[in-house]
Amino acid sequence: MGFLKTFTLGGIHPPENKLSANKFIEVLPIPPRVMVPLGQNLGAPSKALVKRGDKVKAGQLIASGESFISANLHSPVSGTVFKLDNVVDASGYRRPAVIINVDGDKWEDGIDISDKLISDINLTAEEIIQKVKTAGIVGMGGATFPTHVKLMVPPGKKAEYLIINGVECEPYLTADHRLMLEKGPEIMVGTQLLMRALKVDKAIIGIENNKPDAIGHLTELAKSYAGISVQPVMVKYPQGGEKQLIKALLNREVPSTKLPIEVGCVVQNVGTAFAVYEAVQKNKPLIDRIITVTGKAVKKPSNFKVRIGTPLKFLIEAAEGLPENTGKIIGGGPMMGKALFSEDVPVVKGSSGILLMPVEESHRKEEGPCIRCSKCTEACPMGLEPFLLARAARASRYDMAEKERIMDCIECGSCQYTCPANIPLLDYLRLGKNKVGGLIRARHKK
Amino acid sequence: MLTISGSPHIHGDNSTKKIMYGVVVALMPAVLVSVYFFGLNAVRVLLLSVIFSLFFEWIIQKYLIKGPVTITDGSALVTGILLAFNVPSNLPSWMVIVGALVAIGIAKMSFGGLGKNIFNPALVARVFLLVSFPVQMTSWPKAAVLPMGLADVITGPTPLGFIKEGLGAGKSMAELTQHLPSYMQALVGQMGGSMGEVSALALILGGLYMLRKKIITWEIPVSVLLTVFVFSGILWWINPGKFTDPVFNLLTGGLMLGAIFMATDMVTSPMTRGGKLIFGFGIGLITMLIRVWGAYPEGVSFAILLMNSVVPLIDRGFKPRRFGARPGVELIK
Repeated sequence: MGFLKTFTLGGIHPPENKLSANKFIEVLPIPPRVMVPLGQNLGAPSKALVKRGDKVKAGQLIASGESFISANLHSPVSGTVFKLDNVVDASGYRRPAVIINVDGDKWEDGIDISDKLISDINLTAEEIIQKVKTAGIVGMGGATFPTHVKLMVPPGKKAEYLIINGVECEPYLTADHRLMLEKGPEIMVGTQLLMRALKVDKAIIGIENNKPDAIGHLTELAKSYAGISVQPVMVKYPQGGEKQLIKALLNREVPSTKLPIEVGCVVQNVGTAFAVYEAVQKNKPLIDRIITVTGKAVKKPSNFKVRIGTPLKFLIEAAEGLPENTGKIIGGGPMMGKALFSEDVPVVKGSSGILLMPVEESHRKEEGPCIRCSKCTEACPMGLEPFLLARAARASRYDMAEKERIMDCIECGSCQYTCPANIPLLDYLRLGKNKVGGLIRARHKK
Repeated sequence: MLTISGSPHIHGDNSTKKIMYGVVVALMPAVLVSVYFFGLNAVRVLLLSVIFSLFFEWIIQKYLIKGPVTITDGSALVTGILLAFNVPSNLPSWMVIVGALVAIGIAKMSFGGLGKNIFNPALVARVFLLVSFPVQMTSWPKAAVLPMGLADVITGPTPLGFIKEGLGAGKSMAELTQHLPSYMQALVGQMGGSMGEVSALALILGGLYMLRKKIITWEIPVSVLLTVFVFSGILWWINPGKFTDPVFNLLTGGLMLGAIFMATDMVTSPMTRGGKLIFGFGIGLITMLIRVWGAYPEGVSFAILLMNSVVPLIDRGFKPRRFGARPGVELIK
């Protein structure tokens, strides 16, 4: 101990609060109506293929990813399309969605919904990528980048390592933890599929040391899967960030503005590996996922397997209701999650958790003047100076913000977490990134 | 009603108040030593300095700026204690009050208050008092065990002053060192000097506490002390008859107080490791230049204030190591 691998620059250690770590994954009943937003992936929203009144089956394609960075979308339930309408999603905006009234649970033909493990792989890389694309799989860690795009290594580059991200460094969340414990063999097969797709012979599963049971379980399993190893890493936020995890596992630094493939790595979440297994071996598109419902006042912190499109209130009810003093509903973890407007927001492919915060923890503390303590600089995992970037953004000095590498910010929030003056640094950094990003795009157009 | 705000949704338990009161706790050993050696006079100066620092901040914030009053944040309290630490315990009361006004009114509030000042407020006040009232500011009561009276009778120079004067008068170092406090006395604080600077031991204890609580980092104190040690060591090695030894240089004067509590003031020091090291080096260097060749026997205050003035430049020049900033170094072939 003490010599566990980790990234070197910055990082923080917030209270872990993994309240639901010992709760088995429960299958949540299908709600009477689901709302399936069309824009669930990073990139262009999917294009709807169904219309009002259409009968659909679970797993049937209802919207297709048309542009390069886009993903297919399948009906998570069987029933009738009630209408295509705008619904408020996690962003707080009204966005187009397919609303389906549920009727029974009939599945599309050819989908294997049994629990039987199929470990024989007899497809080529191209076939695997095609299946992943067909199944509409996106990054399950929350970034929702279409997985098939990530698997297509750009010409001239070569992947050397596949890294499976089982870090789950966000406090409270346990969805990945439970998945590793309960679906270990499936994750292993999924990992092998990803390795074949990327044409690599080495895969490392990185897991933080606060999940010794998952580390033990997967290490044992890995013995019977060639090329896969499990690497425990120190508990430190934001180790689940791609660049931080690569640094921790291989001591390689992804250059500024570049992607992991630059250092020969492709990072995929454990949830994604599982989804890839289901898609390739079982023909099952991505229509459900594991999600943690948690919070200090929640009566029954839980991990649920739930169909995409289920309104959050069904999950909260299953966790024995919204605590009376709830002041904030967060989609995701406390460090990077989004505060939600209501519990009617549907579960999407990128939902990893629902965190219910009591009123007394929902408000920010009063902001004071910066005392130049440099805690933000020490905490920044990208080696930036958040105080300076925030000041630049506040003063509209976007030229300076760009020069000081504001676009390297991964929005992990470590700076704001440590700031003794409670300055909303990340608010200003996001503003700055938005503006600088706009300037860069405008420059490229010229 | 649900609250909507950007992430992160949790916050560490650090706060400005916690940092400031942490510094106050770290100052306590030195406070006790100063009372032990300088008696009720030390209590008088401490109380006056603290009360009037708080008072001036309050009156300026409430009636001049007409803004929020933040005197409970602990920063004026720290300035008050540090100001008291930087003056002799027999300083007339009204001078202490003038010092508090200069520290808070001029050095802190006129720049915009907490976090905005370029120079360390307590040191600005100390230097102001030193050049305005050179006699009172350099008549040091001798540290004696528990002197209970308010009127100190015995005053004398600090060890550094004694050496400078003696060397100036043509006396030999061997002759002078006989009258100096032993290392042990200097470590504990039994020697002439400003109230809070005498006991290296108490100050180091406070410094260790601040390191442990992550209020300060090691770079500034270590680089200041190391620079002084090496610089004076070289001179001493060349000519021990003319220069004092490095340990003596570390333990006397305001060096420990300066290196541990004044130079590490967050507001007026650089923000990156490299910057902190060069800042500390500069302070050590200027201190030794003044001690050896300057007109004053001690130069820590001037050194820190001079280096305070270049902090914006240092911050511009010394950036943290950026992630992924060394393209090619750790890339695969």
